[in-house]
Amino acid sequence: MSLGLALLAILIVAFGAGWLGFGRACRLRTAGRLHSLPSYHGAYVALWAAIPALLLLAVWAPVQSQLVDQAVLASPEGQALPTVEMQRESILSEAREIASGEREQGFNPESTTLAPRIVKEQSRFALMGGAAALLVALVAAALASRRTSADFRARTSVERWFMVVLFAASLIAILTTLGILLSLMFESLRFFSLYPATSFIFGLEWSPQTAIRADQAGSSGAFGSIPLLWGTFFIGAIIAMVVAIPLGLMSAIYLTQYAHPRVRAWLKPILEILAGVPTVVYGYFAALTVAPMVRSLGLALGVTSASSESALAAGSVMGIMIIPFISSMADDSIAAVPQAMRDGSLAMGATKSETIRRVLLPAALPGVMGGILLAVSRAIGETMIVVMAAGLAANLTANPFASVTTVTVQIVQLLTGDQEFDSAKTLAAFALGLALFLITLLLNLIALHIVRRFQEQYE
Amino acid sequence: MSSSTPTRWTDGSMHKRVRRRYAAERRFRAFGFAAVAISVLFLAFLLFSMGSKGLGGFVQYQAALPIDFAKSSLFLDPATLRGPDAAQTVAGADLETAISQAATAAYGSDAAEMFGDAAVNVLTRQIVADPNILTGTPTLWLPVGSKVDVAAKHDADAPSEHLVNLLRSRHALRAAFNMEFLTQSDSTDPSAVGVWGALKGTFLTILVTIGLAFPVGVLAAVYLEEFAARNRWTDAIEVSINNLAAVPSIIFGLLGLAVFLNVMNLPRSAPLVGGLTLALMTMPVIVIAGRNAIKTVPPSIRDAALGVGASKMQVVFHHVLPLALPGILTGTIIGMARALGETAPLLMIGMRAFIAAPPTGITAPATVLPVQIFLWSDEVDRGFVEKTSAAIIVLLLFMLVMNGLAIYLRNRFERRW
Repeated sequence: MSLGLALLAILIVAFGAGWLGFGRACRLRTAGRLHSLPSYHGAYVALWAAIPALLLLAVWAPVQSQLVDQAVLASPEGQALPTVEMQRESILSEAREIASGEREQGFNPESTTLAPRIVKEQSRFALMGGAAALLVALVAAALASRRTSADFRARTSVERWFMVVLFAASLIAILTTLGILLSLMFESLRFFSLYPATSFIFGLEWSPQTAIRADQAGSSGAFGSIPLLWGTFFIGAIIAMVVAIPLGLMSAIYLTQYAHPRVRAWLKPILEILAGVPTVVYGYFAALTVAPMVRSLGLALGVTSASSESALAAGSVMGIMIIPFISSMADDSIAAVPQAMRDGSLAMGATKSETIRRVLLPAALPGVMGGILLAVSRAIGETMIVVMAAGLAANLTANPFASVTTVTVQIVQLLTGDQEFDSAKTLAAFALGLALFLITLLLNLIALHIVRRFQEQYE
Repeated sequence: MSSSTPTRWTDGSMHKRVRRRYAAERRFRAFGFAAVAISVLFLAFLLFSMGSKGLGGFVQYQAALPIDFAKSSLFLDPATLRGPDAAQTVAGADLETAISQAATAAYGSDAAEMFGDAAVNVLTRQIVADPNILTGTPTLWLPVGSKVDVAAKHDADAPSEHLVNLLRSRHALRAAFNMEFLTQSDSTDPSAVGVWGALKGTFLTILVTIGLAFPVGVLAAVYLEEFAARNRWTDAIEVSINNLAAVPSIIFGLLGLAVFLNVMNLPRSAPLVGGLTLALMTMPVIVIAGRNAIKTVPPSIRDAALGVGASKMQVVFHHVLPLALPGILTGTIIGMARALGETAPLLMIGMRAFIAAPPTGITAPATVLPVQIFLWSDEVDRGFVEKTSAAIIVLLLFMLVMNGLAIYLRNRFERRW
């Protein structure tokens, strides 16, 4: 008997107990008025049958694997194992895999003889745990169903359980945030114990190749993050924004102020498609089509060092991706400007464009700025476009035709391929992730703050 | 006030000024139009460029190959190929050499390598379906290898070009729809690759994502919108949800790697882990969409239900939630479409391995369509270019269907109060 079977049995018991409780309450109802509907009485019994037993099972599962290990090691087969901890562990884990049917045969002959013992011990302890849980389920169900009576407030109890579930669901967001922060910080601290934090934050050189053998010369591994941060900023905050801000802002102005409503109804969703295209598609497009064009443009302009993995190619495609984002933020901000201000300006004889430039845009500026900051934060965290179209060389250059690399590119580079989880190389990715998280968090908080204050201004 | 002279509206300088202002107005308007036009043209260019490159991926050139099975050293007896083990027996035979010999016999020594893995796959299936062809000397249409395929579609290196001309002159080359592409998985041979493995991985991953993110997201939205008291806890939850919605996706990948793989020891490259990671990423989107949808349900509905004696919980689950559901579903589908196109977090948790068979379950190693596109885009073989674009077409079609479904739901079921 496995624990899965016990789980199934508990659920069946809960369902049956709930059904019986429902029936009891229905019979009671023929006698007189109930406080709660029969379905709540049924649900009450079912919940009591299921929850304590499931909790017991959840606690039992890790305990059981400990007990199985102990029993197996104490058995004659276990006594015959080598005493060296590592060997024993590897044989045990192989035997476990054979026992669960994941593999047919192990490298160590001992594991094959050990497997039947593991299966036997597992079923013995699962039977114990399962039986206990089932007993708990039955007892709890019996106790709960005794409470079924006309006055019993089953609905209140059931709703209290529901409330707990609702609250737990909303807690997952906080847990995720905490999980991100803790895991990034934990791994970053490990990285900083191998590599000084000041050199990471202020270092000007990035070359993560570490020597494999101690006597190897060169490539000692330099993890200075400045070139990466510059590359990220250069592609995401400068080149992409040079493309996205004018195009996005002017599209928003044209669509809200000039375009016929019917034209707008068509064009706006088309622009939104730009935001819905998966980034891997943009990346492929940037690498395959845009990058060669940019390179020949650079060569035509006399830039001899024009790279086929230029910052300009990645940045401009990223800018196009961001257009609908800026456009819709600007759209909202302009729409939030009170109609009276626009009417006042037009009544004074200003043309439409004068009204937009002198009245609407200054009034909407905080909202637009907030939107731009959010867009920058998005561009900075964007991965696939830069992985596919930007380079790997960490250059500290402002030449848009040269190749730069970004934080996200390096995270992908460091974490794909062979992984040993204690090397500075792998851990550096988490330090970069932490930096990225903090930067985007800061940008988002500032942006949300600006947008919120701006919204309050006109409400 | 009285000292100022009245404006002379009919003055020449005034006319000039007005003309200049109107010209500025027209310029501004034209600039706005240009911005929209550039964006739309770029989209058109992107779609056209993917489409024109990718359509070739759905076309497969096939060549007629007369095979004399008696001469080939296959040692396959049609009589033994009846049972369920037939596929295995045929797979064990050296079809590759047999095809190569037959091609050399038919089209000269240049043709020895004109067929690739795809031809072996097709021939295997044909033999399993009808073992009797082994007794004769049939002429079979088999998909050509990548080199000849590329040469037939474009111009390529000289030997293959020559071979293509030879095949064309004998009417032994035809173009057909590439079913292999929709039914096979990854391969090292670009003529034999398919998206089915990646599609199945995507389905499984999305299934896990939706199974986790939808209930949790909806329940959290209900709690925050209907039950939560205004206090620090609620504020903290709200702030973290709003922030999570804007956290770069790759950070979720790092979280998945650190927590699901290294702490919880879940299997690498599995749809289970991918789905969990994407669920954490999508959940805030669903919560935000859900809250907005719940907000639009008018208070009169709640008041009416409370008035006839429903409890708060009954009001929410019997009345508010069903009315808000279309809006929630629309937001959910849009969030799912975003998750579907996500690549970076899945790279972090190892879904970039080469996997040549469709996944068998949510814990089996798998890859997903966007990652498959990324992997193929890295290949140097020229045959992969059109396969990558073709896979992009499949992905974009998927997104189109999902977003279309969201728009349909919104138009069909959403109520204006």
